[in-house]
Amino acid sequence: MEIPKSFLGYKRENGRAGTRNHVIILPVDDISNACAEAVANNIKGTIALPHSYGRLQFGADLELHFRTMIGTGSNPNVAAVIVIGIEPKWTKRIVDGIAKTGKPVEGFHIERTGDIGTVMKASKKAQEFSQWASEKQREECPMSDLWISVKCGESDTTSGLASNPTVGNLMEKLEPMGVHLCFGETSELTGAEQVCATRGATKEASEKFMKTWNDYNDFILKEATDDLSESQPTAGNIAGGLTTIEEKAFGNFQKIGNLKFIDVLEPAEQPEKGPGLYFMDTSSAAAECITLQAAGGFNIHLFPTGQGNIVGNPIEPVVKLTANPLTAKSMSEHVDCDVSKILSREMNLSEAGDKLIETTLRVANGRLTCAEALGHKEFVMTKLYRSA
Amino acid sequence: MATDIIIHDKKDNVGVVVIEKITPKQDCKCWIMEDDSSTDIQSMDEIPLGHKIAMVDLKEGDTILKYGHDIGKVVKSIKKGEHVHVHNVKTKKW
Repeated sequence: MEIPKSFLGYKRENGRAGTRNHVIILPVDDISNACAEAVANNIKGTIALPHSYGRLQFGADLELHFRTMIGTGSNPNVAAVIVIGIEPKWTKRIVDGIAKTGKPVEGFHIERTGDIGTVMKASKKAQEFSQWASEKQREECPMSDLWISVKCGESDTTSGLASNPTVGNLMEKLEPMGVHLCFGETSELTGAEQVCATRGATKEASEKFMKTWNDYNDFILKEATDDLSESQPTAGNIAGGLTTIEEKAFGNFQKIGNLKFIDVLEPAEQPEKGPGLYFMDTSSAAAECITLQAAGGFNIHLFPTGQGNIVGNPIEPVVKLTANPLTAKSMSEHVDCDVSKILSREMNLSEAGDKLIETTLRVANGRLTCAEALGHKEFVMTKLYRSA
Repeated sequence: MATDIIIHDKKDNVGVVVIEKITPKQDCKCWIMEDDSSTDIQSMDEIPLGHKIAMVDLKEGDTILKYGHDIGKVVKSIKKGEHVHVHNVKTKKW
Protein backbone atom coordinates (compact mmCIF):
# COMPACT_ATOMS: atom_id res chain seq x y z
CA MET A 1 0.00 0.00 0.00
CA GLU A 2 1.22 3.50 -0.75
CA ILE A 3 0.96 5.47 2.47
CA PRO A 4 -0.69 8.89 2.10
CA LYS A 5 1.63 11.85 2.69
CA SER A 6 -0.89 14.02 4.50
CA PHE A 7 -4.07 14.18 6.57
CA LEU A 8 -6.66 16.88 7.23
CA GLY A 9 -6.03 18.56 10.58
CA TYR A 10 -6.52 21.82 12.45
CA LYS A 11 -3.41 24.01 12.33
CA ARG A 12 -2.59 25.67 15.64
CA GLU A 13 -0.82 28.89 16.56
CA ASN A 14 2.36 27.09 17.72
CA GLY A 15 2.84 25.10 14.51
CA ARG A 16 1.32 21.86 15.79
CA ALA A 17 -1.81 20.32 14.21
CA GLY A 18 -4.85 18.74 15.85
CA THR A 19 -7.06 15.86 14.76
CA ARG A 20 -9.89 17.39 16.81
CA ASN A 21 -11.11 20.90 17.56
CA HIS A 22 -12.28 20.86 21.18
CA VAL A 23 -13.06 23.84 23.38
CA ILE A 24 -12.44 22.56 26.91
CA ILE A 25 -13.56 23.76 30.33
CA LEU A 26 -10.74 22.66 32.62
CA PRO A 27 -11.24 22.58 36.40
CA VAL A 28 -8.03 23.15 38.37
CA ASP A 29 -9.34 21.12 41.30
CA ASP A 30 -12.10 18.72 42.35
CA ILE A 31 -14.31 21.38 43.94
CA SER A 32 -14.42 23.38 40.69
CA ASN A 33 -15.92 20.48 38.73
CA ALA A 34 -19.51 21.66 39.33
CA CYS A 35 -18.75 25.09 37.91
CA ALA A 36 -16.90 23.67 34.89
CA GLU A 37 -19.73 21.26 34.14
CA ALA A 38 -22.31 24.04 34.44
CA VAL A 39 -20.42 26.13 31.87
CA ALA A 40 -20.14 23.17 29.49
CA ASN A 41 -23.86 22.58 29.93
CA ASN A 42 -24.63 26.22 29.12
CA ILE A 43 -22.44 26.55 26.06
CA LYS A 44 -22.74 24.04 23.21
CA GLY A 45 -19.55 22.94 21.51
CA THR A 46 -17.61 22.84 24.77
CA ILE A 47 -16.63 19.93 26.99
CA ALA A 48 -15.83 19.88 30.72
CA LEU A 49 -12.99 17.68 32.01
CA PRO A 50 -13.92 16.91 35.62
CA HIS A 51 -11.39 15.03 37.78
CA SER A 52 -10.75 14.16 41.43
CA TYR A 53 -7.63 16.09 42.48
CA GLY A 54 -5.85 19.44 42.71
CA ARG A 55 -6.04 20.33 46.39
CA LEU A 56 -3.20 20.21 48.94
CA GLN A 57 -0.90 18.30 46.62
CA PHE A 58 2.81 19.02 46.99
CA GLY A 59 6.26 18.23 45.60
CA ALA A 60 6.57 15.97 42.56
CA ASP A 61 2.87 15.09 42.78
CA LEU A 62 1.85 18.74 42.49
CA GLU A 63 4.26 19.30 39.62
CA LEU A 64 2.69 16.32 37.81
CA HIS A 65 -0.75 17.84 38.40
CA PHE A 66 0.29 21.13 36.80
CA ARG A 67 2.09 19.35 33.95
CA THR A 68 -1.02 17.28 33.21
CA MET A 69 -3.35 20.29 33.36
CA ILE A 70 -1.12 22.53 31.22
CA GLY A 71 -0.32 19.70 28.80
CA THR A 72 -3.99 18.87 28.33
CA GLY A 73 -4.86 22.48 27.57
CA SER A 74 -1.84 22.77 25.26
CA ASN A 75 -2.68 19.64 23.22
CA PRO A 76 -3.28 20.62 19.57
CA ASN A 77 -6.64 18.78 19.61
CA VAL A 78 -7.79 21.64 21.83
CA ALA A 79 -8.69 24.94 20.11
CA ALA A 80 -9.32 27.05 23.21
CA VAL A 81 -9.49 26.64 26.98
CA ILE A 82 -11.46 28.00 29.94
CA VAL A 83 -9.67 27.26 33.24
CA ILE A 84 -11.71 27.37 36.47
CA GLY A 85 -10.19 26.95 39.94
CA ILE A 86 -11.09 27.84 43.50
CA GLU A 87 -8.03 30.08 44.03
CA PRO A 88 -6.44 32.62 41.67
CA LYS A 89 -2.77 31.59 41.96
CA TRP A 90 -2.89 28.00 40.73
CA THR A 91 -5.54 28.96 38.17
CA LYS A 92 -3.22 31.60 36.76
CA ARG A 93 -0.26 29.22 36.68
CA ILE A 94 -2.23 26.85 34.43
CA VAL A 95 -3.55 29.67 32.24
CA ASP A 96 -0.02 31.06 31.78
CA GLY A 97 1.31 27.59 30.90
CA ILE A 98 -1.34 27.02 28.23
CA ALA A 99 -1.01 30.60 26.89
CA LYS A 100 2.54 29.79 25.70
CA THR A 101 0.95 27.87 22.80
CA GLY A 102 -0.69 31.10 21.60
CA LYS A 103 -4.19 29.62 21.74
CA PRO A 104 -7.10 31.48 23.39
CA VAL A 105 -7.21 30.70 27.12
CA GLU A 106 -8.89 32.48 30.03
CA GLY A 107 -8.98 31.68 33.74
CA PHE A 108 -11.66 32.24 36.38
CA HIS A 109 -11.46 31.68 40.14
CA ILE A 110 -14.45 31.03 42.35
CA GLU A 111 -13.40 32.55 45.71
CA ARG A 112 -15.15 35.88 46.44
CA THR A 113 -17.50 35.33 43.47
CA GLY A 114 -19.21 31.98 44.07
CA ASP A 115 -20.32 29.38 41.57
CA ILE A 116 -23.17 31.33 39.99
CA GLY A 117 -21.20 34.48 39.26
CA THR A 118 -18.24 32.45 37.99
CA VAL A 119 -20.46 30.33 35.75
CA MET A 120 -21.93 33.51 34.26
CA LYS A 121 -18.56 35.12 33.54
CA ALA A 122 -16.95 31.93 32.28
CA SER A 123 -19.96 31.07 30.11
CA LYS A 124 -19.73 34.39 28.27
CA LYS A 125 -16.08 33.72 27.44
CA ALA A 126 -16.80 30.08 26.58
CA GLN A 127 -19.48 31.14 24.10
CA GLU A 128 -17.00 33.45 22.41
CA PHE A 129 -14.40 30.64 22.21
CA SER A 130 -16.93 28.07 20.97
CA GLN A 131 -18.17 30.27 18.14
CA TRP A 132 -14.61 31.25 17.22
CA ALA A 133 -13.46 27.61 17.14
CA SER A 134 -16.48 26.56 15.09
CA GLU A 135 -15.13 28.51 12.12
CA LYS A 136 -11.80 26.65 12.08
CA GLN A 137 -11.38 24.51 8.97
CA ARG A 138 -9.40 21.33 8.47
CA GLU A 139 -6.35 21.85 6.26
CA GLU A 140 -3.84 19.54 4.65
CA CYS A 141 -1.11 18.66 7.15
CA PRO A 142 1.99 16.49 6.61
CA MET A 143 2.01 13.04 8.24
CA SER A 144 4.76 14.34 10.54
CA ASP A 145 2.06 16.36 12.32
CA LEU A 146 0.67 13.09 13.67
CA TRP A 147 1.80 12.34 17.20
CA ILE A 148 0.67 8.78 17.90
CA SER A 149 0.53 7.25 21.38
CA VAL A 150 -0.13 3.57 22.04
CA LYS A 151 -1.30 1.49 24.98
CA CYS A 152 -2.96 -1.92 25.10
CA GLY A 153 -5.62 -3.11 27.52
CA GLU A 154 -7.69 -6.12 28.58
CA SER A 155 -4.94 -7.94 26.74
CA ASP A 156 -4.91 -11.63 26.05
CA THR A 157 -2.60 -13.85 24.05
CA THR A 158 -4.13 -12.61 20.78
CA SER A 159 -2.73 -9.15 21.67
CA GLY A 160 0.85 -10.42 21.67
CA LEU A 161 0.24 -12.65 18.65
CA ALA A 162 -1.47 -10.17 16.37
CA SER A 163 -2.98 -6.83 17.44
CA ASN A 164 0.16 -5.52 19.19
CA PRO A 165 2.44 -6.59 16.30
CA THR A 166 -0.03 -4.79 13.98
CA VAL A 167 0.68 -1.56 15.88
CA GLY A 168 4.40 -2.39 15.65
CA ASN A 169 4.04 -2.77 11.87
CA LEU A 170 2.33 0.64 11.65
CA MET A 171 5.15 2.18 13.71
CA GLU A 172 7.81 0.70 11.42
CA LYS A 173 6.01 2.16 8.38
CA LEU A 174 5.24 5.61 9.82
CA GLU A 175 8.45 6.35 11.74
CA PRO A 176 10.40 7.17 8.53
CA MET A 177 7.73 9.82 7.74
CA GLY A 178 8.72 11.86 10.81
CA VAL A 179 5.86 10.89 13.10
CA HIS A 180 6.22 11.23 16.90
CA LEU A 181 5.41 7.93 18.67
CA CYS A 182 4.98 7.06 22.33
CA PHE A 183 4.60 3.89 24.38
CA GLY A 184 4.40 3.60 28.17
CA GLU A 185 3.09 1.15 30.80
CA THR A 186 6.24 0.89 32.93
CA SER A 187 4.93 -1.87 35.21
CA GLU A 188 3.64 -3.96 32.30
CA LEU A 189 7.13 -4.31 30.88
CA THR A 190 8.11 -6.35 33.93
CA GLY A 191 9.80 -9.52 32.74
CA ALA A 192 10.71 -7.92 29.41
CA GLU A 193 12.53 -4.94 30.98
CA GLN A 194 16.04 -6.13 30.08
CA VAL A 195 15.04 -6.75 26.46
CA CYS A 196 13.24 -3.39 26.33
CA ALA A 197 16.33 -1.62 27.69
CA THR A 198 18.36 -2.89 24.71
CA ARG A 199 16.00 -0.88 22.47
CA GLY A 200 17.29 2.44 23.72
CA ALA A 201 18.72 4.36 20.74
CA THR A 202 21.53 5.59 22.99
CA LYS A 203 23.23 4.33 26.15
CA GLU A 204 21.61 7.24 28.02
CA ALA A 205 18.11 6.27 26.84
CA SER A 206 18.68 2.63 27.90
CA GLU A 207 20.01 3.63 31.32
CA LYS A 208 17.19 6.10 31.86
CA PHE A 209 14.68 3.38 31.02
CA MET A 210 16.21 0.91 33.49
CA LYS A 211 16.26 3.51 36.25
CA THR A 212 12.60 4.36 35.56
CA TRP A 213 11.59 0.70 35.55
CA ASN A 214 13.57 -0.07 38.73
CA ASP A 215 11.98 2.85 40.58
CA TYR A 216 8.48 1.72 39.59
CA ASN A 217 9.22 -1.92 40.46
CA ASP A 218 10.64 -0.94 43.87
CA PHE A 219 7.45 1.02 44.54
CA ILE A 220 5.30 -2.00 43.61
CA LEU A 221 7.36 -4.35 45.79
CA LYS A 222 7.13 -1.91 48.69
CA GLU A 223 3.33 -1.57 48.48
CA ALA A 224 2.45 -5.14 47.49
CA THR A 225 0.67 -7.19 50.14
CA ASP A 226 0.51 -10.40 48.09
CA ASP A 227 1.82 -11.65 44.76
CA LEU A 228 -0.35 -9.16 42.83
CA SER A 229 -2.21 -12.12 41.40
CA GLU A 230 -5.49 -10.17 41.54
CA SER A 231 -4.00 -7.18 39.68
CA GLN A 232 -1.29 -8.25 37.24
CA PRO A 233 -2.29 -10.07 35.14
CA THR A 234 -5.92 -9.03 35.63
CA ALA A 235 -8.81 -11.49 35.79
CA GLY A 236 -9.63 -10.51 32.21
CA ASN A 237 -6.05 -11.21 31.09
CA ILE A 238 -6.14 -14.64 32.76
CA ALA A 239 -9.52 -15.47 31.20
CA GLY A 240 -7.89 -14.66 27.86
CA GLY A 241 -5.04 -17.08 28.49
CA LEU A 242 -2.27 -14.82 29.85
CA THR A 243 -0.60 -16.59 32.77
CA THR A 244 2.17 -14.31 34.10
CA ILE A 245 3.28 -10.67 34.03
CA GLU A 246 6.31 -11.75 31.97
CA GLU A 247 4.06 -13.22 29.26
CA LYS A 248 1.95 -10.07 29.29
CA ALA A 249 5.08 -7.91 29.08
CA PHE A 250 6.53 -9.66 26.03
CA GLY A 251 3.14 -9.33 24.34
CA ASN A 252 2.92 -5.66 25.28
CA PHE A 253 6.41 -5.00 23.93
CA GLN A 254 5.36 -6.15 20.41
CA LYS A 255 3.68 -2.74 19.96
CA ILE A 256 6.97 -0.99 19.13
CA GLY A 257 7.91 -3.32 16.28
CA ASN A 258 11.65 -3.17 15.63
CA LEU A 259 11.99 0.49 16.65
CA LYS A 260 14.38 2.02 19.14
CA PHE A 261 13.29 4.72 21.60
CA ILE A 262 15.19 8.00 21.59
CA ASP A 263 14.27 9.24 25.07
CA VAL A 264 12.41 8.42 28.27
CA LEU A 265 9.75 10.95 29.31
CA GLU A 266 8.42 11.76 32.76
CA PRO A 267 4.63 11.26 33.06
CA ALA A 268 2.88 13.95 30.94
CA GLU A 269 6.22 15.38 29.72
CA GLN A 270 6.36 16.76 26.17
CA PRO A 271 9.01 15.15 23.94
CA GLU A 272 11.75 17.54 22.82
CA LYS A 273 14.15 15.46 20.77
CA GLY A 274 12.23 15.56 17.49
CA PRO A 275 10.37 12.82 15.62
CA GLY A 276 10.71 9.16 16.59
CA LEU A 277 9.71 6.79 19.38
CA TYR A 278 9.58 7.83 23.05
CA PHE A 279 8.95 5.82 26.19
CA MET A 280 6.82 7.58 28.81
CA ASP A 281 6.81 6.47 32.46
CA THR A 282 3.12 5.71 33.08
CA SER A 283 0.79 3.50 35.04
CA SER A 284 -0.58 0.57 33.06
CA ALA A 285 -4.19 1.51 33.84
CA ALA A 286 -5.69 2.56 30.50
CA ALA A 287 -7.34 5.89 31.32
CA GLU A 288 -4.41 7.12 33.43
CA CYS A 289 -1.90 6.23 30.74
CA ILE A 290 -3.82 7.86 27.86
CA THR A 291 -4.51 10.99 29.93
CA LEU A 292 -0.74 11.36 30.51
CA GLN A 293 0.10 10.73 26.85
CA ALA A 294 -2.50 13.29 25.71
CA ALA A 295 -0.95 15.77 28.15
CA GLY A 296 2.41 14.99 26.53
CA GLY A 297 0.97 16.38 23.27
CA PHE A 298 -0.02 13.20 21.42
CA ASN A 299 -3.00 13.77 19.12
CA ILE A 300 -4.20 10.27 18.18
CA HIS A 301 -4.09 7.04 20.15
CA LEU A 302 -3.96 3.39 19.07
CA PHE A 303 -5.35 0.87 21.54
CA PRO A 304 -5.07 -2.87 20.84
CA THR A 305 -7.32 -5.02 23.03
CA GLY A 306 -7.86 -8.74 23.46
CA GLN A 307 -10.82 -9.28 25.76
CA GLY A 308 -12.36 -5.87 24.95
CA ASN A 309 -11.27 -2.74 26.84
CA ILE A 310 -13.70 0.12 26.11
CA VAL A 311 -11.67 3.19 27.20
CA GLY A 312 -11.83 6.61 25.54
CA ASN A 313 -10.35 10.05 26.20
CA PRO A 314 -12.04 13.47 26.01
CA ILE A 315 -9.43 15.12 23.76
CA GLU A 316 -7.35 12.38 22.13
CA PRO A 317 -9.33 10.01 19.88
CA VAL A 318 -8.70 6.37 20.85
CA VAL A 319 -8.65 3.91 17.93
CA LYS A 320 -9.36 0.33 19.07
CA LEU A 321 -8.17 -2.76 17.31
CA THR A 322 -8.52 -6.41 18.20
CA ALA A 323 -7.34 -9.74 16.84
CA ASN A 324 -9.65 -11.75 19.07
CA PRO A 325 -12.48 -13.01 16.82
CA LEU A 326 -14.84 -13.45 19.80
CA THR A 327 -14.31 -9.83 20.90
CA ALA A 328 -14.62 -8.53 17.33
CA LYS A 329 -18.00 -10.26 17.15
CA SER A 330 -19.47 -9.79 20.63
CA MET A 331 -18.22 -6.20 21.20
CA SER A 332 -18.21 -4.92 17.63
CA GLU A 333 -19.45 -1.46 18.65
CA HIS A 334 -16.08 -0.91 20.39
CA VAL A 335 -13.81 -2.12 17.57
CA ASP A 336 -12.55 0.38 14.97
CA CYS A 337 -10.22 -2.08 13.25
CA ASP A 338 -10.68 -5.86 13.21
CA VAL A 339 -7.46 -7.78 12.52
CA SER A 340 -8.69 -11.18 13.72
CA LYS A 341 -8.05 -12.69 10.29
CA ILE A 342 -4.34 -12.77 11.26
CA LEU A 343 -5.09 -15.72 13.54
CA SER A 344 -6.80 -17.68 10.78
CA ARG A 345 -3.88 -16.69 8.53
CA GLU A 346 -6.22 -15.04 6.03
CA MET A 347 -4.37 -11.75 6.62
CA ASN A 348 -0.65 -11.17 7.14
CA LEU A 349 0.91 -8.64 9.49
CA SER A 350 1.77 -6.14 6.78
CA GLU A 351 -1.82 -6.19 5.47
CA ALA A 352 -3.05 -5.66 9.03
CA GLY A 353 -0.61 -2.75 9.47
CA ASP A 354 -1.94 -1.16 6.27
CA LYS A 355 -5.52 -1.59 7.44
CA LEU A 356 -4.65 0.11 10.73
CA ILE A 357 -2.91 3.01 8.94
CA GLU A 358 -6.04 3.48 6.85
CA THR A 359 -8.28 3.48 9.94
CA THR A 360 -5.92 5.84 11.79
CA LEU A 361 -5.99 8.34 8.91
CA ARG A 362 -9.78 8.24 8.63
CA VAL A 363 -9.97 9.07 12.34
CA ALA A 364 -7.27 11.75 12.03
CA ASN A 365 -9.34 13.27 9.21
CA GLY A 366 -12.40 13.45 11.44
CA ARG A 367 -14.21 10.11 11.55
CA LEU A 368 -15.48 9.55 15.10
CA THR A 369 -13.95 6.56 16.86
CA CYS A 370 -16.20 3.94 18.46
CA ALA A 371 -15.25 5.34 21.89
CA GLU A 372 -16.17 8.89 20.80
CA ALA A 373 -19.48 7.78 19.32
CA LEU A 374 -20.28 5.89 22.54
CA GLY A 375 -19.40 8.91 24.69
CA HIS A 376 -16.26 7.59 26.39
CA LYS A 377 -14.21 10.48 27.78
CA GLU A 378 -12.25 9.08 30.69
CA PHE A 379 -9.99 11.83 32.02
CA VAL A 380 -8.00 10.35 34.89
CA MET A 381 -5.19 12.19 36.61
CA THR A 382 -2.26 10.20 37.97
CA LYS A 383 -1.60 10.87 41.65
CA LEU A 384 1.80 9.89 43.02
CA TYR A 385 1.01 9.93 46.78
CA ARG A 386 -1.32 11.28 49.47
CA SER A 387 -1.96 15.02 49.78
CA ALA A 388 -0.59 17.05 52.66
CA MET B 1 -3.47 -22.74 5.51
CA ALA B 2 -5.68 -23.38 8.54
CA THR B 3 -3.85 -23.39 11.87
CA ASP B 4 -5.11 -24.55 15.27
CA ILE B 5 -2.10 -23.40 17.28
CA ILE B 6 0.44 -20.61 16.75
CA ILE B 7 3.96 -20.74 18.22
CA HIS B 8 5.96 -17.49 18.31
CA ASP B 9 9.53 -18.78 18.31
CA LYS B 10 11.04 -22.17 17.57
CA LYS B 11 12.65 -22.20 21.04
CA ASP B 12 9.17 -21.97 22.66
CA ASN B 13 7.84 -24.93 24.66
CA VAL B 14 4.23 -23.70 24.52
CA GLY B 15 1.84 -22.76 21.72
CA VAL B 16 -1.37 -20.66 21.66
CA VAL B 17 -4.75 -22.04 20.58
CA VAL B 18 -6.19 -19.78 17.86
CA ILE B 19 -9.47 -21.55 17.13
CA GLU B 20 -12.52 -21.36 19.41
CA LYS B 21 -11.30 -24.42 21.35
CA ILE B 22 -9.46 -27.68 20.91
CA THR B 23 -10.81 -30.89 22.43
CA PRO B 24 -8.96 -33.84 24.06
CA LYS B 25 -7.22 -36.18 21.58
CA GLN B 26 -7.54 -33.63 18.79
CA ASP B 27 -4.76 -33.71 16.20
CA CYS B 28 -3.74 -30.07 15.87
CA LYS B 29 -1.80 -28.23 13.21
CA CYS B 30 0.77 -25.78 14.57
CA TRP B 31 2.42 -22.87 12.77
CA ILE B 32 5.75 -21.49 14.00
CA MET B 33 5.82 -17.78 13.14
CA GLU B 34 9.57 -17.24 13.46
CA ASP B 35 10.60 -19.46 10.54
CA ASP B 36 7.18 -20.11 8.94
CA SER B 37 7.45 -23.84 9.62
CA SER B 38 4.77 -26.33 10.70
CA THR B 39 4.43 -29.09 13.24
CA ASP B 40 1.68 -31.27 14.75
CA ILE B 41 0.57 -32.13 18.27
CA GLN B 42 -2.19 -34.19 19.87
CA SER B 43 -4.00 -32.41 22.69
CA MET B 44 -4.71 -34.02 26.09
CA ASP B 45 -7.14 -31.40 27.41
CA GLU B 46 -9.91 -29.13 26.19
CA ILE B 47 -8.18 -25.76 25.69
CA PRO B 48 -10.02 -22.52 24.76
CA LEU B 49 -9.00 -19.79 22.32
CA GLY B 50 -5.94 -17.86 23.49
CA HIS B 51 -4.85 -20.43 26.05
CA LYS B 52 -1.56 -22.33 25.91
CA ILE B 53 -0.71 -25.96 25.19
CA ALA B 54 2.53 -27.68 26.27
CA MET B 55 4.59 -28.72 23.24
CA VAL B 56 6.85 -30.98 25.37
CA ASP B 57 6.74 -32.69 28.78
CA LEU B 58 7.64 -30.17 31.50
CA LYS B 59 8.60 -30.83 35.10
CA GLU B 60 8.41 -28.70 38.23
CA GLY B 61 11.02 -25.93 38.15
CA ASP B 62 11.29 -25.85 34.34
CA THR B 63 11.11 -22.50 32.57
CA ILE B 64 8.28 -21.71 30.16
CA LEU B 65 9.57 -20.13 26.95
CA LYS B 66 7.33 -17.97 24.75
CA TYR B 67 8.52 -15.32 22.26
CA GLY B 68 11.83 -17.19 22.82
CA HIS B 69 11.91 -15.70 26.34
CA ASP B 70 11.37 -16.77 29.96
CA ILE B 71 7.74 -16.10 30.96
CA GLY B 72 7.59 -18.06 34.24
CA LYS B 73 8.25 -21.34 36.05
CA VAL B 74 6.43 -24.67 36.14
CA VAL B 75 4.98 -25.35 39.61
CA LYS B 76 3.22 -28.64 38.79
CA SER B 77 4.48 -31.06 36.16
CA ILE B 78 2.84 -30.79 32.74
CA LYS B 79 2.59 -33.43 30.02
CA LYS B 80 2.93 -32.68 26.32
CA GLY B 81 -0.51 -31.66 25.01
CA GLU B 82 -1.85 -30.42 28.36
CA HIS B 83 -3.28 -27.00 29.18
CA VAL B 84 -0.64 -24.57 30.51
CA HIS B 85 -1.98 -21.78 32.73
CA VAL B 86 -2.15 -20.36 36.26
CA HIS B 87 -2.78 -23.83 37.77
CA ASN B 88 0.66 -25.10 36.77
CA VAL B 89 2.79 -22.00 35.96
CA LYS B 90 3.74 -19.00 38.10
CA THR B 91 5.64 -15.75 37.60
CA LYS B 92 9.29 -15.46 38.62
CA LYS B 93 8.70 -11.77 39.41
CA TRP B 94 6.71 -10.12 42.22
